Amino acid sequence: MTESIKHHLDDTILMAYSAGTLPEAFSLMVATHLSLCDTCRAQAESFDALGGEMLEHIDAHAGTALRRNSLEATLALISGGPVETPETTSVACPVLPKPLRDYVGGDLNAIRWKPVGMGVKQAILPTSKDASARLLLIPAGMAMPDHGHRGTEMTMVLQGAFQDEDGYFARGDVETADSNMHHTPVADIHEDCICLAVTDAPLQFDSLLPKIAQRFLRI
Amino acid sequence: VKIEPKRLLWVEHVVRIRDQKDTAAFADLFAHFAPRVKGFLIKSGADASLAEECAQDVMATLWHKAHQFDPTRASVATWIFTIARNRKIDLLRKQRRPEPEDLTWGPEEEPDQADILTLQQETELLGTALAELPQAQRELIEKAYFGDLTHSEIAAQTGLPLGTIKSRIRLALERLRHAMK
Ligand SMILES: [Zn+2]
Ligand SMILES: [Zn+2]
Repeated sequence: MTESIKHHLDDTILMAYSAGTLPEAFSLMVATHLSLCDTCRAQAESFDALGGEMLEHIDAHAGTALRRNSLEATLALISGGPVETPETTSVACPVLPKPLRDYVGGDLNAIRWKPVGMGVKQAILPTSKDASARLLLIPAGMAMPDHGHRGTEMTMVLQGAFQDEDGYFARGDVETADSNMHHTPVADIHEDCICLAVTDAPLQFDSLLPKIAQRFLRI
Repeated sequence: VKIEPKRLLWVEHVVRIRDQKDTAAFADLFAHFAPRVKGFLIKSGADASLAEECAQDVMATLWHKAHQFDPTRASVATWIFTIARNRKIDLLRKQRRPEPEDLTWGPEEEPDQADILTLQQETELLGTALAELPQAQRELIEKAYFGDLTHSEIAAQTGLPLGTIKSRIRLALERLRHAMK
C-alpha cells in the first residue's frame, strides 16, 4: 500500500511535527500522511527519538527541581485511575484515514460538502485559527484555476489523482507549494479527486473571476 | 556498541510497572525523568507550577499506559518525550494533536531481546551524535524542540545541522522499517 507513494513529507515538517510546534491543520496533514506511509512514519519516529535524547540531556538541576511531595502526589494521581479516552468505531476499508475520520465524524458519507462553483465542493475542518484545513472534491477531468501562494500550501490526495506542473499525484502523495510556486492542478479523468488541503495563508488567484470565488471558497 | 546500563534498566522498569505495578521501579524512573520533563515544559514556556502539575500528569500516564510501550520501537526517553510533547500541545498551545492511525501489528507476542537491544543501541548512538555536535548547532536543534523556532524558521535556517546526525537517523529508520515488516 505504501510503496506506491512517490511524493513525501520533508524532514523540516516531520521534525516540527515531532517537536509539536506545527499549527493543528498541518499536524492533521502529517498524521493523515503517516497513516498511509510507513517510510515517513519511521522518519517521524526517528525525530521522536531525537526529542527523547534532547529530554535526556536537559540539565535537570537548573531551577527545575520538583516539589518536595511530587512523587507522593503522582502516586495519588495514579491511584485515581486513568483518564478515559473514548474508543471510536472502526470502518471497513475507509477512504479517510483515522485522523481525518476523527475530524469529519465518519468516512466519506459523513462529509458535509458545500458547493463552491464549477462542480467543486469543499468542507472546512475545525482546527485552530493559525492555519486552515479543508477537504476538496474536484470532479474528474476538471482543472483548478491557475494560482500562486502566499504561504505554504500542502495538498494530499485521498481518492483519484491530479496532475500539475510538478508531477502526477495519487492516493497518499503530498504536494507542498510555497510562495515561489504557481500551478494549475487538473483532476485525473477516471475518478473524482478528493484531497486534504492545508494552508497558512490565502491563495492568490490570477484572474478576476476566481478572486471573486475566493471570497466564497474562504481559501 | 557500548550501551549505557541505565537505558536497559529503564526498559526493565517499565515492564515491571506493567506486570507487577512496581512502585519502587516507578520511583526510580520518576527521580530520573520527572525533573527533565518539568525542565522541558519550562523551556517550552510553562510557568513552574503548570510544569510541575503537567510533569506529574506525564509520569502518571506512563504508569497507566505501560502496556503500550514497545522497546523494539522506542527508548523510554523517546516514549516519555512523546507523552510530554502531547501534554504540552494540549495545555500550552490548547490545540488538538492529530495522531496517525495505529499500525496493525498482528498477534501480540513478546518482543525479541535482540530487537530491543539493537533499537536501544541505535538510540544511544543518536544521543551521542547529538551530544557531540558543536554547541551552537545543538542549541539550534534544541530550540526547534522547545518551540522557539517555528517550522518556517526551521526551514529558513539552512545551516540546521541535520546532516550531521542524519546517518544516525537513517540507522534508526532502517531499524524501525525492519520492525514494521
Ligand atoms: Zn511519506
Ligand atoms: Zn495550489
